[in-house]
Amino acid sequence: MIALETHDLTVTYHKRPVLYGVDVEVEEGSLVGIIGPNGAGKSTLIKTIMGVVPNSGGWVKVYGKPISENLHRVGYVPQRESVDWDFPVTVMDVALMGTYGKLGLFGRVGKKEKIIASEALDKVGMLPYAKRQIGNLSGGQQQRVFLARALAQDSDLYFMDEPFTGVDAATESAIIELLKEMRANGKTVLVVHHDLQSAKDYFDHLLLLNMRLVAYGKTEDMYNTELLQKTYGGRLTILDEVAGKAARIPEARH
Amino acid sequence: MLDLSTITDSFLGNLALTLSQKAPIAAICVGICCGLLGAFVVVRRVALVGDALSHAVFPGVVAGFMWSEERSPGVIFACAAVAGLLGVAVVQAIVKSTRLKSDAALGIVLASFFAFGVFWNSTDSQSGVTDFLYGDLTTITDSDLWLMVASTFVVSTLVWIFLRPFRVLSFDEGFAVGLGYPVKLLNGLFYGLLAFAVVVAMQAVGVILVSAMLITPAATAYLLTDRIQKMMVISVALGIASALGGWWIANLDVRFQSGPMITLFGSTLFGLVYFFAPRHGIMAKFLRRAGQKSRVHRENTLKAIYRIIERNGFKGAGVGIEQLASSRKLTIERVEKDGASLVRAGEATWEEGNSAIYLTSSGWRRAVEIVRNHRLWELYLTDQANYSPDHVHDDAEKIEHILGADMVRKLERDLDFPEYDPHGSPIPSLEATMQLETVAGKQEETGY
Repeated sequence: MIALETHDLTVTYHKRPVLYGVDVEVEEGSLVGIIGPNGAGKSTLIKTIMGVVPNSGGWVKVYGKPISENLHRVGYVPQRESVDWDFPVTVMDVALMGTYGKLGLFGRVGKKEKIIASEALDKVGMLPYAKRQIGNLSGGQQQRVFLARALAQDSDLYFMDEPFTGVDAATESAIIELLKEMRANGKTVLVVHHDLQSAKDYFDHLLLLNMRLVAYGKTEDMYNTELLQKTYGGRLTILDEVAGKAARIPEARH
Repeated sequence: MLDLSTITDSFLGNLALTLSQKAPIAAICVGICCGLLGAFVVVRRVALVGDALSHAVFPGVVAGFMWSEERSPGVIFACAAVAGLLGVAVVQAIVKSTRLKSDAALGIVLASFFAFGVFWNSTDSQSGVTDFLYGDLTTITDSDLWLMVASTFVVSTLVWIFLRPFRVLSFDEGFAVGLGYPVKLLNGLFYGLLAFAVVVAMQAVGVILVSAMLITPAATAYLLTDRIQKMMVISVALGIASALGGWWIANLDVRFQSGPMITLFGSTLFGLVYFFAPRHGIMAKFLRRAGQKSRVHRENTLKAIYRIIERNGFKGAGVGIEQLASSRKLTIERVEKDGASLVRAGEATWEEGNSAIYLTSSGWRRAVEIVRNHRLWELYLTDQANYSPDHVHDDAEKIEHILGADMVRKLERDLDFPEYDPHGSPIPSLEATMQLETVAGKQEETGY
């Protein structure tokens, strides 16, 4: 079963393209690392799939349906830096947000939701901190809270944006354990990752990205000089330049 | 369209409220609306949007006066709300279509909308418009009040219903999208409610100062709590208190207007909380730091006493004041003061005549701990972090005061329970503590 399919997914920021025509099919139960240099569009790719950033072309299907119809099967872990950690909520409040998707806009949080959130916090070792304000946590602990929120979503397909950035070694290995357990339970997880070295051990599939899809496949097949050269060996300068120029001229009529 | 004045008459006509009854009710409405939405304005960091919105409603107020013959509050409220939302829309359009960021766009909209309102009013000056500029509770009519109460009811009901989505949206918009929330609609609703709140408050505090009512009570509440629900409750309470307090002061002198007085009252509450809030206030921070400083100082005295006792071969638990002064390179008076603070903390006792000082068992234990922390940390830096032995003392001077029991246990394990620091001094252990405690005990018994 195909968990995620994108077709010709294209994104522009202020008319300037940042991702060109990404076609990818991810098999259910894969643990995928999204790899590429800075500015390759790794975060943009998952933000676009989630609908946080609008796409300018192409489409996304999740389990065979447009993602908007299957959003309840998708969990999302944004970058830790994307939120204000001084925000006046507790660790428990954040974990509970994971249950909101199934509650809809107006459902009330009940005992069931609290149990789900507590279990999720327990799984990442953050239950003892449940009543703390989120600002009083270390970077690794904050990342664990975000993961607990995602676990509470109980989705089948997950997108995680740089979960290993700024976390301690203990959290890093805890996250890896968690990812492997999720895969064992048939979940599909796509993780934006910046470290080529550890990617080899962490993921079974790699998605090599540099403003376009360079390659997607089993991890061992991705580690060859040609592909890595293509991914990390600089942008496609001509494509970049022409696209920049095109962005400045008025829309052409067809 | 329903004629508003008939509804008003039927509801409030028989009540025939006097001004001293109307003004407090209006004040409470202002406190509720601004307090509720202000909490979100502050945590979303859109305080400037509140300011721009409140200035942008002014041309709407003027339009309301121009277009309705009998100064119908319904028309004024509606025009004001529309003008405010138009202002927000223009800000968004500017941000989207240029390289300008929202601060500049807000500045432009705030000034131009307000200026246009003032200009328009000057072409055909309407009496009463200035009441909306600076705010005056004394001019509130029965129908104004009725509209304020109804709007407050609508605002608070909607905020209650959408509390959870609003909270997620304010904390993490990307996640809200992922949940499938209609984020654009929710944002639209939020700014719509904000415009409502501004319109409710503008007659009491004036369009120029409305943003103060939106921001100050909520910002004050933010210094008092770490939960947004509590923050909203406190913010509403402070909003009501500001509005009532300001109205009460404005009553003391005919020259005072309610708008500035309400604002100043709220600012005073903020000032009080800023200084005296239990955790986030600066007094609390100052006291915490002062407490830490005096603890560190006491611990340094204990450490100096330990070193002297160590040099004397652990022969007694007492140290002469002069000896302590020369070892710490301080004056006798200063050392006497330090000794007194140890005595107050129960960590030492004076010998008769205050010429020498004896550590109590708890003082001795703490002294051993500090020296142990210091020497363990020095060893850790040389052993595991490759520092050279002459580089580690200053760092250990700081770290010794903050190492907790957990960390000490970890250090011990990592260093394989060491006995000597890099300079060859023994790292005191619990057993050493026990020994000297018995020494100290004996001395007490014999009255040595």
